[in-house]
Amino acid sequence: MLLIDCPCCGLRPETEFRCGGQAHVARPEKPVDVGDQDWSEYLFVRANPRGVHAERWIHQHGCGRWFNALRDTVSDRFVETYPMGGKPKSTTTEARA
Amino acid sequence: MLDDSLYARRVSPLDGAAKPASLPGGVTVRQLKPEARFSLRVKAGAPADAAGFALDQKINSIVVRGGRWSARLGPDEWLIGGPEADAQLIAEEVEATLRDRPHSLVSVSHRNVSLEISGANAAIALNAGCPLDLSDAAFPAGSATRTLLGKCEIVLIRAGAEPSYRVEVWRSFSTYAHGFLVEAAFGLQNAA
Ligand SMILES: [Zn+2]
Repeated sequence: MLLIDCPCCGLRPETEFRCGGQAHVARPEKPVDVGDQDWSEYLFVRANPRGVHAERWIHQHGCGRWFNALRDTVSDRFVETYPMGGKPKSTTTEARA
Repeated sequence: MLDDSLYARRVSPLDGAAKPASLPGGVTVRQLKPEARFSLRVKAGAPADAAGFALDQKINSIVVRGGRWSARLGPDEWLIGGPEADAQLIAEEVEATLRDRPHSLVSVSHRNVSLEISGANAAIALNAGCPLDLSDAAFPAGSATRTLLGKCEIVLIRAGAEPSYRVEVWRSFSTYAHGFLVEAAFGLQNAA
Protein backbone atom coordinates (compact mmCIF):
# COMPACT_ATOMS: atom_id res chain seq x y z
CA MET A 1 0.00 0.00 0.00
CA LEU A 2 1.16 3.51 -0.78
CA LEU A 3 2.18 5.43 2.34
CA ILE A 4 1.72 9.19 2.51
CA ASP A 5 3.76 11.30 4.90
CA CYS A 6 1.24 13.47 6.79
CA PRO A 7 3.02 16.46 8.38
CA CYS A 8 1.13 15.74 11.64
CA CYS A 9 1.03 11.94 11.77
CA GLY A 10 3.93 10.64 9.71
CA LEU A 11 3.65 7.78 7.24
CA ARG A 12 0.05 6.58 6.94
CA PRO A 13 -1.88 4.41 4.48
CA GLU A 14 -3.24 6.16 1.42
CA THR A 15 -6.87 5.10 2.03
CA GLU A 16 -7.00 7.55 4.94
CA PHE A 17 -6.36 10.47 2.57
CA ARG A 18 -8.32 12.44 -0.02
CA CYS A 19 -6.93 14.68 -2.73
CA GLY A 20 -8.21 18.25 -3.00
CA GLY A 21 -6.84 19.23 -6.39
CA GLN A 22 -4.15 21.68 -7.38
CA ALA A 23 -2.40 23.59 -4.60
CA HIS A 24 -1.38 27.26 -4.43
CA VAL A 25 -4.33 28.57 -6.46
CA ALA A 26 -4.69 32.02 -4.89
CA ARG A 27 -8.02 33.80 -4.96
CA PRO A 28 -7.65 37.25 -6.56
CA GLU A 29 -7.47 39.97 -3.91
CA LYS A 30 -10.23 42.06 -5.50
CA PRO A 31 -12.48 39.87 -7.64
CA VAL A 32 -14.32 42.96 -8.85
CA ASP A 33 -11.18 44.07 -10.71
CA VAL A 34 -10.72 40.75 -12.46
CA GLY A 35 -12.04 40.30 -15.98
CA ASP A 36 -14.35 37.43 -16.95
CA GLN A 37 -11.58 35.56 -18.70
CA ASP A 38 -9.20 35.66 -15.72
CA TRP A 39 -11.97 34.90 -13.25
CA SER A 40 -13.14 31.84 -15.13
CA GLU A 41 -9.55 30.65 -15.38
CA TYR A 42 -9.17 31.09 -11.63
CA LEU A 43 -12.35 29.10 -11.07
CA PHE A 44 -12.04 26.31 -13.59
CA VAL A 45 -8.65 26.00 -15.24
CA ARG A 46 -6.09 23.80 -13.52
CA ALA A 47 -2.68 22.48 -14.43
CA ASN A 48 -2.54 18.85 -15.49
CA PRO A 49 1.16 18.12 -15.83
CA ARG A 50 2.78 14.87 -16.72
CA GLY A 51 5.29 14.86 -13.90
CA VAL A 52 5.59 16.57 -10.54
CA HIS A 53 2.40 18.36 -9.49
CA ALA A 54 1.62 20.43 -6.37
CA GLU A 55 -1.62 19.23 -4.80
CA ARG A 56 -3.69 19.73 -1.66
CA TRP A 57 -4.38 16.62 0.36
CA ILE A 58 -6.39 16.03 3.50
CA HIS A 59 -5.76 13.35 6.11
CA GLN A 60 -9.51 12.75 6.23
CA HIS A 61 -9.56 9.60 8.34
CA GLY A 62 -6.69 10.68 10.60
CA CYS A 63 -5.86 14.08 12.02
CA GLY A 64 -8.31 15.77 9.62
CA ARG A 65 -5.71 18.29 8.49
CA TRP A 66 -5.08 19.72 5.03
CA PHE A 67 -1.53 19.84 3.74
CA ASN A 68 0.30 20.23 0.44
CA ALA A 69 2.14 17.56 -1.47
CA LEU A 70 4.30 17.26 -4.54
CA ARG A 71 3.28 14.13 -6.38
CA ASP A 72 4.58 12.67 -9.60
CA THR A 73 1.50 12.04 -11.74
CA VAL A 74 3.30 9.37 -13.75
CA SER A 75 4.71 7.16 -11.01
CA ASP A 76 2.28 8.27 -8.23
CA ARG A 77 5.37 8.81 -6.08
CA PHE A 78 5.09 11.51 -3.40
CA VAL A 79 8.15 13.71 -3.72
CA GLU A 80 7.44 15.58 -0.49
CA THR A 81 4.67 16.84 1.75
CA TYR A 82 4.63 20.19 3.55
CA PRO A 83 2.20 22.14 5.73
CA MET A 84 -0.48 24.51 4.42
CA GLY A 85 0.94 27.94 3.74
CA GLY A 86 4.42 26.46 3.34
CA LYS A 87 6.68 26.16 0.34
CA PRO A 88 8.12 22.93 -1.05
CA LYS A 89 11.85 22.28 -0.92
CA SER A 90 11.87 20.79 -4.40
CA THR A 91 10.43 22.53 -7.43
CA THR A 92 7.47 21.33 -9.46
CA THR A 93 9.56 21.38 -12.61
CA GLU A 94 12.04 18.90 -11.18
CA ALA A 95 12.83 16.09 -13.59
CA ARG A 96 10.90 12.90 -13.03
CA ALA A 97 12.66 10.47 -10.74
CA MET B 1 -24.04 23.36 28.88
CA LEU B 2 -26.70 20.75 28.26
CA ASP B 3 -28.75 19.74 31.28
CA ASP B 4 -27.58 16.21 31.94
CA SER B 5 -30.53 15.39 34.12
CA LEU B 6 -32.60 15.29 30.95
CA TYR B 7 -30.48 12.64 29.27
CA ALA B 8 -32.43 9.89 27.61
CA ARG B 9 -31.91 6.33 28.73
CA ARG B 10 -28.96 4.84 26.87
CA VAL B 11 -29.79 2.01 24.52
CA SER B 12 -26.85 0.68 22.55
CA PRO B 13 -27.55 -0.62 19.05
CA LEU B 14 -25.52 -3.66 20.08
CA ASP B 15 -27.51 -4.53 23.20
CA GLY B 16 -28.81 -8.05 22.81
CA ALA B 17 -27.08 -8.57 19.49
CA ALA B 18 -23.48 -8.51 20.64
CA LYS B 19 -22.79 -11.01 23.35
CA PRO B 20 -19.23 -11.18 24.58
CA ALA B 21 -17.75 -14.04 22.68
CA SER B 22 -14.44 -15.84 22.61
CA LEU B 23 -13.68 -16.45 19.01
CA PRO B 24 -11.18 -18.59 17.10
CA GLY B 25 -7.61 -17.45 17.40
CA GLY B 26 -8.10 -16.59 21.09
CA VAL B 27 -9.66 -13.25 20.19
CA THR B 28 -12.39 -11.69 22.30
CA VAL B 29 -14.70 -8.98 21.01
CA ARG B 30 -16.99 -7.24 23.46
CA GLN B 31 -18.89 -4.05 23.91
CA LEU B 32 -17.66 -1.75 26.66
CA LYS B 33 -20.08 -0.08 29.00
CA PRO B 34 -21.28 3.44 28.22
CA GLU B 35 -18.92 6.25 29.13
CA ALA B 36 -18.92 10.02 28.96
CA ARG B 37 -16.95 11.29 25.96
CA PHE B 38 -16.24 14.78 24.76
CA SER B 39 -14.83 16.13 21.56
CA LEU B 40 -12.67 19.14 22.40
CA ARG B 41 -11.46 21.51 19.70
CA VAL B 42 -9.11 24.30 20.66
CA LYS B 43 -6.17 25.90 18.88
CA ALA B 44 -2.93 24.58 20.30
CA GLY B 45 -0.95 27.39 21.85
CA ALA B 46 -0.23 28.42 25.40
CA PRO B 47 0.09 25.38 27.65
CA ALA B 48 -3.15 24.55 29.36
CA ASP B 49 -5.01 21.79 31.08
CA ALA B 50 -8.33 20.27 30.12
CA ALA B 51 -10.06 18.04 32.66
CA GLY B 52 -6.69 17.30 34.24
CA PHE B 53 -4.83 16.52 31.01
CA ALA B 54 -2.11 18.74 29.60
CA LEU B 55 -3.04 19.77 26.06
CA ASP B 56 0.52 19.35 24.80
CA GLN B 57 0.44 15.55 24.77
CA LYS B 58 1.76 14.02 21.55
CA ILE B 59 -0.57 13.88 18.54
CA ASN B 60 -2.03 10.37 18.14
CA SER B 61 -1.37 9.45 21.76
CA ILE B 62 -3.57 8.63 24.73
CA VAL B 63 -3.06 9.48 28.39
CA VAL B 64 -5.00 7.51 31.01
CA ARG B 65 -5.35 8.84 34.54
CA GLY B 66 -7.73 7.56 37.15
CA GLY B 67 -10.87 6.56 35.30
CA ARG B 68 -10.36 9.23 32.66
CA TRP B 69 -8.52 9.31 29.38
CA SER B 70 -7.60 11.87 26.79
CA ALA B 71 -6.66 11.05 23.20
CA ARG B 72 -5.16 13.73 20.99
CA LEU B 73 -6.42 13.03 17.48
CA GLY B 74 -4.94 16.03 15.71
CA PRO B 75 -3.19 19.35 16.30
CA ASP B 76 -6.39 20.93 17.63
CA GLU B 77 -8.60 17.97 18.50
CA TRP B 78 -8.93 15.85 21.63
CA LEU B 79 -11.31 13.05 22.57
CA ILE B 80 -11.77 13.02 26.33
CA GLY B 81 -13.51 10.19 28.15
CA GLY B 82 -14.44 9.20 31.67
CA PRO B 83 -17.05 7.54 33.84
CA GLU B 84 -20.59 8.37 32.81
CA ALA B 85 -21.32 9.90 36.19
CA ASP B 86 -18.45 12.39 35.68
CA ALA B 87 -19.88 13.91 32.49
CA GLN B 88 -20.97 17.17 34.07
CA LEU B 89 -17.78 17.38 36.10
CA ILE B 90 -15.48 16.90 33.08
CA ALA B 91 -17.36 19.56 31.13
CA GLU B 92 -17.13 22.01 34.01
CA GLU B 93 -13.42 21.39 34.49
CA VAL B 94 -12.70 22.03 30.83
CA GLU B 95 -14.82 25.16 30.91
CA ALA B 96 -12.95 26.37 33.98
CA THR B 97 -9.46 26.12 32.45
CA LEU B 98 -10.27 27.14 28.88
CA ARG B 99 -12.69 29.93 29.75
CA ASP B 100 -10.53 32.58 28.09
CA ARG B 101 -9.76 30.70 24.91
CA PRO B 102 -12.08 30.11 21.98
CA HIS B 103 -12.90 26.40 22.07
CA SER B 104 -15.69 23.96 21.50
CA LEU B 105 -16.62 21.10 23.77
CA VAL B 106 -19.22 18.70 22.43
CA SER B 107 -20.61 15.72 24.29
CA VAL B 108 -20.37 12.72 21.98
CA SER B 109 -21.15 10.14 24.65
CA HIS B 110 -24.27 8.95 22.90
CA ARG B 111 -22.78 9.11 19.41
CA ASN B 112 -19.98 6.66 20.15
CA VAL B 113 -20.05 2.98 20.95
CA SER B 114 -16.92 1.38 22.39
CA LEU B 115 -15.79 -2.07 21.41
CA GLU B 116 -12.84 -3.95 22.78
CA ILE B 117 -10.91 -6.54 20.85
CA SER B 118 -8.26 -8.42 22.74
CA GLY B 119 -6.12 -11.54 22.54
CA ALA B 120 -2.74 -12.39 21.08
CA ASN B 121 -4.13 -12.24 17.53
CA ALA B 122 -6.24 -9.10 18.00
CA ALA B 123 -3.99 -6.99 15.76
CA ILE B 124 -4.25 -9.56 12.97
CA ALA B 125 -8.05 -9.48 13.19
CA LEU B 126 -8.05 -5.65 13.16
CA ASN B 127 -5.74 -5.64 10.16
CA ALA B 128 -8.43 -7.45 8.19
CA GLY B 129 -9.96 -4.00 7.76
CA CYS B 130 -7.58 -1.49 9.30
CA PRO B 131 -4.66 -0.49 7.06
CA LEU B 132 -2.45 0.76 9.90
CA ASP B 133 0.80 -0.90 10.90
CA LEU B 134 -0.14 -2.25 14.35
CA SER B 135 3.27 -3.67 15.25
CA ASP B 136 4.71 -2.65 18.63
CA ALA B 137 7.19 -0.34 16.91
CA ALA B 138 4.61 1.59 14.89
CA PHE B 139 1.62 1.46 17.25
CA PRO B 140 3.00 1.07 20.80
CA ALA B 141 1.13 1.26 24.07
CA GLY B 142 -0.27 4.76 24.47
CA SER B 143 -1.27 5.15 20.82
CA ALA B 144 -4.63 6.46 19.71
CA THR B 145 -5.66 7.62 16.27
CA ARG B 146 -8.55 8.03 13.94
CA THR B 147 -8.38 5.52 11.12
CA LEU B 148 -10.54 3.17 9.07
CA LEU B 149 -12.02 -0.26 9.72
CA GLY B 150 -13.38 -1.69 6.51
CA LYS B 151 -15.76 0.98 5.24
CA CYS B 152 -16.25 2.91 8.45
CA GLU B 153 -14.21 5.41 10.39
CA ILE B 154 -13.06 4.48 13.90
CA VAL B 155 -10.81 5.79 16.62
CA LEU B 156 -8.38 3.03 17.52
CA ILE B 157 -6.88 3.14 20.99
CA ARG B 158 -4.18 1.00 22.50
CA ALA B 159 -3.77 2.11 26.10
CA GLY B 160 -1.52 -0.61 27.48
CA ALA B 161 1.16 -2.97 26.26
CA GLU B 162 -1.14 -6.02 26.30
CA PRO B 163 -2.76 -6.87 22.95
CA SER B 164 -6.05 -5.16 23.74
CA TYR B 165 -7.52 -2.47 21.52
CA ARG B 166 -10.42 -0.16 22.05
CA VAL B 167 -12.47 0.72 18.99
CA GLU B 168 -14.55 3.89 19.24
CA VAL B 169 -17.13 3.87 16.49
CA TRP B 170 -20.18 5.97 15.66
CA ARG B 171 -23.30 4.21 16.86
CA SER B 172 -24.87 3.86 13.42
CA PHE B 173 -21.72 2.04 12.24
CA SER B 174 -21.38 -0.08 15.37
CA THR B 175 -23.25 -3.16 14.16
CA TYR B 176 -21.11 -3.11 11.02
CA ALA B 177 -17.86 -2.66 12.95
CA HIS B 178 -18.77 -5.34 15.49
CA GLY B 179 -19.76 -7.80 12.78
CA PHE B 180 -16.60 -7.00 10.87
CA LEU B 181 -14.36 -7.78 13.85
CA VAL B 182 -16.19 -11.00 14.71
CA GLU B 183 -15.98 -12.17 11.12
CA ALA B 184 -12.29 -11.25 10.94
CA ALA B 185 -11.69 -13.30 14.08
CA PHE B 186 -13.38 -16.30 12.50
CA GLY B 187 -10.83 -15.99 9.72
CA LEU B 188 -8.14 -16.66 12.32
CA GLN B 189 -9.21 -20.27 12.72
CA ASN B 190 -6.04 -21.45 11.05
CA ALA B 191 -3.77 -18.78 12.52
CA ALA B 192 -4.20 -19.98 16.09
ZN1 LIG C 1 -2.47 13.30 9.78
